[in-house]
Amino acid sequence: MTTTTTTEHPQRTPEEVRERHAQNLGHQVAGGVFNPRQLLTSFPEALRKLDPRHQARNPVMFVVWVGSLLVTVFAVGDPSVFTVAVAVWLWLTVLFANLAEAVAEGRGKAQAESLRKAKTDAVAHLTDGRTVAGTELKVGDLVVVEAGQVIPGDGDVVEGIATVDESAITGESAPVIRESGGDRSAVTGGTTVLSDRIVVRITAKPGETFVDRMIALVEGAQRQKTPNEIALTILLSTLTIIFLLAVVALQPFAVYSGGEQSVIVLTALLVCLIPTTIGALLSAIGIAGMDRLVQRNVLATSGKAVEAAGDVDTLLLDKTGTITWGNRRATELIPTPGTTLDALVDASRLSSLADGTPEGRSVVELCAVEHSRPAEADEHEKTGEFVPFTAQTRMSGIDLDGRRIRKGAASAFTLGESTKAVVDEISAQGGTPLVVAEDDRVLGVIRLSDVVKPGMRERFAELRAMGIRTVMVTGDNPLTAKAIAAEAGVDDFLAEAKPEDKMALIRREQEGGKLVAMTGDGTNDAPALAQSDVGVAMNTGTSAAKEAGNMVDLDSDPTKLIEIVEIGKQLLITRGALTTFSVANDLAKYFAILPAMFAAIYPQLDKLNIMHLGSPQSAILSALIFNALIIVVLIPLALRGVRYKPSSASALLRRNLLVYGLGGVVTPFAGIWLIDLLVRLIPGIA
Amino acid sequence: MSSTVAGLLQVGLLIAALAVVYRPFGDYMARVYTSTKHLGVERAVYKVARVDPGSEQRWGTYALGVLGFSFVGVALLYVLQRVQSVLPWDFGRGNVPPGMAFNTAVSFVTNTNWQSYVPETVMGHTVQMVGLTVQNFVSAAVGMAVAVALVRGFLRHRTDRLGNFWVDLTRGVVRILLPVAFAFAILLVATGVVMSLKSGVDVDGQTVATAPVASQEAIKELGTNGGGVLNANSAHPFENPNAWSNLIEIFLILVIPVSLTRTFGTMVGERKQGYVLLGVMGALWSAMLAVIWAAEAHGLRALEGKELRFGVPGSALFANSTTGTSTGAVNSMHDSFTGLGGGGALLNMLFGEMTPGGVGTGLYSILVMAVIAMFLAGLMVGRTPEYLGKKLGRREVTAAAVSILAMPTVLLIGAGVAALLPSTADALNNPGEHGLSEILYAYASASNNNGSAFAGITVTSDWFQASLGVCMALGRFVPIIAVLALAGSLAAQRKVPVTAGTLPTTGPLFATLLAGAIVLVAALTFVPALALGPIAEALL
Repeated sequence: MTTTTTTEHPQRTPEEVRERHAQNLGHQVAGGVFNPRQLLTSFPEALRKLDPRHQARNPVMFVVWVGSLLVTVFAVGDPSVFTVAVAVWLWLTVLFANLAEAVAEGRGKAQAESLRKAKTDAVAHLTDGRTVAGTELKVGDLVVVEAGQVIPGDGDVVEGIATVDESAITGESAPVIRESGGDRSAVTGGTTVLSDRIVVRITAKPGETFVDRMIALVEGAQRQKTPNEIALTILLSTLTIIFLLAVVALQPFAVYSGGEQSVIVLTALLVCLIPTTIGALLSAIGIAGMDRLVQRNVLATSGKAVEAAGDVDTLLLDKTGTITWGNRRATELIPTPGTTLDALVDASRLSSLADGTPEGRSVVELCAVEHSRPAEADEHEKTGEFVPFTAQTRMSGIDLDGRRIRKGAASAFTLGESTKAVVDEISAQGGTPLVVAEDDRVLGVIRLSDVVKPGMRERFAELRAMGIRTVMVTGDNPLTAKAIAAEAGVDDFLAEAKPEDKMALIRREQEGGKLVAMTGDGTNDAPALAQSDVGVAMNTGTSAAKEAGNMVDLDSDPTKLIEIVEIGKQLLITRGALTTFSVANDLAKYFAILPAMFAAIYPQLDKLNIMHLGSPQSAILSALIFNALIIVVLIPLALRGVRYKPSSASALLRRNLLVYGLGGVVTPFAGIWLIDLLVRLIPGIA
Repeated sequence: MSSTVAGLLQVGLLIAALAVVYRPFGDYMARVYTSTKHLGVERAVYKVARVDPGSEQRWGTYALGVLGFSFVGVALLYVLQRVQSVLPWDFGRGNVPPGMAFNTAVSFVTNTNWQSYVPETVMGHTVQMVGLTVQNFVSAAVGMAVAVALVRGFLRHRTDRLGNFWVDLTRGVVRILLPVAFAFAILLVATGVVMSLKSGVDVDGQTVATAPVASQEAIKELGTNGGGVLNANSAHPFENPNAWSNLIEIFLILVIPVSLTRTFGTMVGERKQGYVLLGVMGALWSAMLAVIWAAEAHGLRALEGKELRFGVPGSALFANSTTGTSTGAVNSMHDSFTGLGGGGALLNMLFGEMTPGGVGTGLYSILVMAVIAMFLAGLMVGRTPEYLGKKLGRREVTAAAVSILAMPTVLLIGAGVAALLPSTADALNNPGEHGLSEILYAYASASNNNGSAFAGITVTSDWFQASLGVCMALGRFVPIIAVLALAGSLAAQRKVPVTAGTLPTTGPLFATLLAGAIVLVAALTFVPALALGPIAEALL
């Protein structure tokens, strides 16, 4: 089966990966940190969004928009400091909501700009000799790309091998290798060939290429409300209707009680009660969720996929490259009879000093750590001549002082009985043996084995706390698989897995109603990627894999699946937390506004004015100002997402209820009280 | 024995009695609705009604059954009242006027039992026994059928069938309501409740009205109906002669709504799911009892309007149970309660009748609330919200929202218009804030299908008869249709397995959340209106 062994940076620990994301943030335009200047730059866009056609898409804010218009009409007819102030703050409420959306979109737009720069109007040289513009390519065209040229469209390499600079898309400056056949054949339009010459078969129509899709995605042009967003909008609309009824019915009761209210006061009450905080931030939360994925170099084809990521029950992880480094780490040196361990250590180290492969470095490391040898070559050792690995010799090494020291595949050497036994044993355990020899005399064997990446155990424990079951998929035999599964701390494993086994496993989980996420890069991963609920294709993978999955990871880092799940959860949590906060705010607003409205007819209601607000007018205005300002205050939270720490559902709920429920009850009391201290100073209000 | 100690003893006895029957009765009801066998008498009913008891219905068909059955019920009851003069045992009371007949017909079919008439002078025994009492049975059975259909929605997977309405209706009457009501009618006679076909008895030269009370009294409470055979309802010594009958009646009011939580837990295969609902219902019921009791015990108008035989605790216990269950029977005049006490009874209704609510309606109402609470909770734990293994998406939230919206909508519109009508002032016993409480109470009672009267308002005008009738109908059937639609979309789903990431719905956290949602929704919706009525009264 095809596994994700072809990841390009398998030696990275999760910490390193995260650190690199942080660097990428600097490289790409939009940062994760909210910059207050964005509020200013997005202001014109916020004004444009006052268009009622735009407002109508958001029922809660549309009510505020209509209310603002109504109050403006009344304020013009009866201008006073109070009526004008209410009208102004009502419009500001709408504007702040627009601002939240504009800021969220603005970050995407900036990203799209930098992507557009990458999308030059490349010229395509077809194999039949014609030269056409990149925009005129058809699916199936064969184009030749040589060193220094920009690849004109998405496709698969069908001939040749080349190094490609993909930094325009991934932000990764190190070039990558693309070659025909196998799982590293996909190339992306807009990237540059640095060396050699390749023939590419175009697989995407111009305008539908990866970069086009990415631009549309970050600009939010294709943004549709996700199922969960729609359900929440229905709930928010319901709350709005309830408050509309409560406020509209209040007038007859007020008339009956001899305290008729003005339309201005009633509108202010209504706007304070309906869930404007979440209504204003809902779309920004959704855009920012996608944006956070893009910042981590993951592209999702739909917001729905991001939401599904939060629901994942089962995570299928390929062993090699995801959970372990692959068979790349030297863990043991076994001398042949008649050779001292010291001699083997020296020879192994020398053979690997100039060997830059991960395997080679791990041998030097092993010698340094366990056998106290220097980790760097000294001056004398540097004079040796490095013999690189070739497919013919299947060994590499060094010629130093006339000694020919080599290490390589077991099949490249003539082995004695005992060495052969050692080699077979290592292979049987799922490891890889490397034979070390000096001048054709075999000194011993280096055991390369699977080593679980550091930090994986902790991550799986986190996932378990989140209620997600991890299943390790490997081609190893069950014994080896079991040992590694136990070491890594995964919940289950699938050994000797063939593609159809993986598919069957996904189907089985889904039959039970579970949502499955997986990563993959090979063409034979494609069906499983398509079947899984969240399929993350590696950018290094084939086009087939990238088409089948609903996300693409530009870093080709399979462990990122864990972060994707967290982002999905964070998206939903942010929505839920701000809804709770919004509704909990209403309590304080009742305490502010109801006594202000009715203490004149029922003086005993002034007992409810526990904030001791200055005057009825300052009370109503303060509540309205708080209601508007809280939107701006919460924009950074909406963009960043509510803090998410993997823990059990109950612990999460308890925490969020406490912070956003109880906090939502308490905050406005303090906020309205403080605002009132200022508002009561305005002449004509107090 | 002080009245407080007596009151606590009553509460203790009541809870003990409910605890004894909770398990067996709850499980019995679960068997009633899951059994595949039909009784002989049921077969006979199906044969006459041409119903195939083996066939199951989609949610739409089920809803049509409920609506059709109820519409026919209203029509028959209306006609019966309009031709009363030709029926036996009418005692010359004549035909019931059209407005009153319409209001009464809707009232009894919707399990509200709002009474705009004085039974002793308007209704003869035939209409009582053949019309009103029949609806007392079947309207209660309809409520239970809808609740059971919703439970099946949670229980079933990938099906569009929710059961057979006619079977559920018949079984509810034949196997649950009839036998229990029969047994308790006899028990009530033993405590001294009147059972007579005479129109009245002479006492010291005065005629005191009598009726076949005991037989109707049992189902009046058991079915959370509440319509009294005598005008003074359970404050009348012929309906409620002593402390024992008082306790039995409160027990009957609570027994089905409380035990249905067990039925629910048993049917979904996890009893704790039912216990947690019972816990929420019980906590709110207890809290409101404490509020009403304390308000009445310390209020200025302490005993005015209360039956001296029961005192403050007996009145508070009855008032809390009758308004918390959509029963609406009264053993004291709620209009005479203090601002806070009367406001408490009002708030019980504004909770949406789920503490513990009416027969069936209480269970389905609290489940709808749980759907809304779990939607928010699900978001807050970062998963697509789910409850009892079913995802809560657009369809589910819409159905739950419609169900919750119905009651406040009709209540606020009705009361708002009533407050503006010039004629309303004449209908009220009191002006000012207490007058508004009287209006709010009337519309809350109708819209929540409670039926209890603040009794400070004369509701015989055409406006009140018609508007309250419409409130009762919409307050009943809009939620029922929405609940059945919810059941339909739940049943169509596959089951989401319980994993370590699933938010448990059996612990105190969920109970707090659910109770919080119930209180919060009611408070946010009605505080502005309450501020001008009971709150203004209570703060005086």
